[in-house]
Amino acid sequence: MAMIVGRSSRTSLIGNGYYYLRKKLGFLGVISHETSSPKYSSSTTPLFHPKPNGLWRFKATLAQTQLADHNKDVVDDQGLDFPGGRVTFTSDLTFISESTDKRVPCFRVLDDNGEPITHNYVQQVTKDLAINMYSNMVKLETMDTMFYEAQRQGRISFYLTTTGEEATNIASAAALSPDDVILPQYRESGVLMWRGFTLQEFANQCFGNIADYGKGRQMPIHYGSNKHNFITISSPIATQLPQAVGVAYSLKMDKKDACVVTFFGDGASSEGDCHASLNFAAVMEAPVVFICRNNGWAISTPIEEQFRSDGIVVRGQAYGIRSIRVDGNDALAVYTAVQKAREMAITEQRPMLVEVLSYRVGHHSTSDDSTKYRAVDEIETWKMGRNPLSIFRRWIERNGWWSDRDESELRSSLKKQVIEAIQVAEKTEKPSVAELFKDVYDHSPINLKEQEKLLRETMRRHPQDYPSDVRI
Amino acid sequence: MATIFQGLGAATALSASSMSNSFEAIKFHVPTRRSLSGRKASFFVVRSEGKMNPGSNQRTRRADQLITSAVATKSDGAAASTASKSGHELLLFEALREGLEEEMERDPTVCVIGEDVGHYGGSYKVTKGLAEKYGDLRVLDTPIAENSFTGMGIGAAMTGLRPIVEGMNMGFLLLAFNQISNNCGMLHYTSGGQFTIPIVIRGPGGVGRQLGAEHSQRLESYFQSIPGIQMVACSTPYNAKGLMKAAIRSENPVILFEHVLLYNLKETIPDEDYICCLEEAEMVRPGEHVTILTYSRMRYHVMQAAKTLVNKGYDPEVIDIRSLKPFDLHMIGNSVKKTHRVLIVEECMRTGGIGASLTSAINENFHDYLDAPIVCLSSQDVPTPYAGTLEEWTVVQPAQIVTAVEQLCR
Repeated sequence: MAMIVGRSSRTSLIGNGYYYLRKKLGFLGVISHETSSPKYSSSTTPLFHPKPNGLWRFKATLAQTQLADHNKDVVDDQGLDFPGGRVTFTSDLTFISESTDKRVPCFRVLDDNGEPITHNYVQQVTKDLAINMYSNMVKLETMDTMFYEAQRQGRISFYLTTTGEEATNIASAAALSPDDVILPQYRESGVLMWRGFTLQEFANQCFGNIADYGKGRQMPIHYGSNKHNFITISSPIATQLPQAVGVAYSLKMDKKDACVVTFFGDGASSEGDCHASLNFAAVMEAPVVFICRNNGWAISTPIEEQFRSDGIVVRGQAYGIRSIRVDGNDALAVYTAVQKAREMAITEQRPMLVEVLSYRVGHHSTSDDSTKYRAVDEIETWKMGRNPLSIFRRWIERNGWWSDRDESELRSSLKKQVIEAIQVAEKTEKPSVAELFKDVYDHSPINLKEQEKLLRETMRRHPQDYPSDVRI
Repeated sequence: MATIFQGLGAATALSASSMSNSFEAIKFHVPTRRSLSGRKASFFVVRSEGKMNPGSNQRTRRADQLITSAVATKSDGAAASTASKSGHELLLFEALREGLEEEMERDPTVCVIGEDVGHYGGSYKVTKGLAEKYGDLRVLDTPIAENSFTGMGIGAAMTGLRPIVEGMNMGFLLLAFNQISNNCGMLHYTSGGQFTIPIVIRGPGGVGRQLGAEHSQRLESYFQSIPGIQMVACSTPYNAKGLMKAAIRSENPVILFEHVLLYNLKETIPDEDYICCLEEAEMVRPGEHVTILTYSRMRYHVMQAAKTLVNKGYDPEVIDIRSLKPFDLHMIGNSVKKTHRVLIVEECMRTGGIGASLTSAINENFHDYLDAPIVCLSSQDVPTPYAGTLEEWTVVQPAQIVTAVEQLCR
């Protein structure tokens, strides 16, 4: 309700709207009651139901909320119905502290040695699922390593790895259904891999050849696939967040049994779009699962320079969103948390916020050398000591589901597959000049047709100035 | 407020009669419900660039197309004929609403997103009554975050809805520039055609009556460079409804520019369903001596100047370009070839406005047909002042148009 009051000063500037404003809005800017309820069709969720304020208690999967101790001086029956709900008064001049003594704890299932800390969530992961998850993590790591090498060799122009975040990628994807729409940022290729994108398809996009679904129009790692419900990656940070809310809106209108899952990093959490999307999603009760990959670094900006809050998880309550913090090195924890978040998002039609803590072991991208701004031993500690693959591997080996031989077979087979994918993609021809002008609109307007004609003529007249392997 | 609308009233009568000469009214078939993949409209739209009919005038062109009975009025085209049995009278904002409502009725995926569009009915009442009829999910009120609700519209469009995003004032859409430029115009291209964005972004813009600099922006000049979007500007109730409907049905992202001062224009429009082609310009007044190209509110200043010019013995041809991106160079070209003189009257600022691009486009394409350099009348490169008198001097006035034509036709 408060938002209407805030806007009145703006709308009063607008000529026509002014007298309507005075007529419709009463004191305090509360919407006149005759418009607020039963006239709307019952199939839609009424947005202006007064909601009970206050804390909700849930099962142990939620992090504890910690308020400061100012409640002791609350005079209980003194309160007032301000816009937005009833608020009780206190005569104690205490500010809510900017930080709590203890940070929000992090949910994990396996310890650093892959030993289950609790057996509560372990049994739902079957052998097949576990092996599938692990194989995909290895596949992701292999693909990342070799494509990175390919960039260094000059075969592709750019690459970006998910090193250190394989568990976040694969385990979160494993917890979703194929109908859930994914809006990625750019460090989530594992999610697409889980859904069935082949190594060849990845390579095709990176090489920008005719088999690329993006038709060679985007830079490498900007994957997108309609059939996998994976929206094409767009470089600017956090633009996918409001779009995720829009997709959830679309799902809500269609009443689908699916949710939207969107990923963003610690750096993206500073963007205005991040704030607004979380806010929107909460107001609209949109079934979006916001997964924040807090990996400690935004190119060269460390967490301390990005925000001063206790990570992203604490912001959930600020928006009225249920949130949890998860250990990103623990695939089982990520799997369990995302699965539960998804369930709550769909059954309760609400947004969820999952903060996954991890570490960006690799450089930001091939255009970056992170040793310039961080200590090499910091990188090594995480790489060796808290590797998500090793942790998970220890667990599946302990269960008798995996052996050293399986490991070496898998790795050598994958290495061959990746090499082959790269080689095939490299040899595949690039899109023709016609693709430069298509899909800007549904049908090419006259100016684009002219420009295409002009380009072709120029290419025909001066073939030596243009790459010979591109078809005219 | 009163004076301008009196002037406009007269101009509307003039334009209403010329309505009978326009030929965009096309009968259409009710298409099947669209699915996410492969949406193809199953109705006729005449696209101007597709037809090169050099030397043909309006009448032969009309014969080429499908025409509904409602628009085939008597050829004397007097104002009386349009006030005939068919047709109903309404204001421009009501025409927009009617178009919007008809499309929402027709296609359940059409939805409206914006600030105060729900029970409030929109700050200019374009969406009044829609929330009551279609529910507050389909006519969605959003918090104040333009970049975010535009982004939301893009996300919804990519997954099967046809959202109409309303900017309370076009100037606020500057906050949505990131989403419009980097995603709206681009994602269809960069995804290799996998995701379409059939979104309509609309809102009132232009210089109003003392709304201050921030509420008097002309966004068409900032957006015109973005590849992948289409821009149209409506100026009469007839084309407002037609363009709204066409924009909603288009598979491309379309930005529909309305003008704050034109919302209360009154006109009689056909009862039948019709749309206006998005890429076509509108012949307002055929003539012989000079081609005056204009759009939106400036059309009325031009028509007012045209009256004076006719009294002085000139015969201006007035074209409302309507399609700001891409330009209807076919109609414009035919006119230039006929009159050999061009005057552009726009509300954009001098630097980098629609007039600047149009001047360049005409010079490149029709240089040989010009007897004189193109004259472009625009607003000055200043933020719009609040004081009424100053504000009046920043926009092009009919007297300036008359002077410019006189100089051009010397």
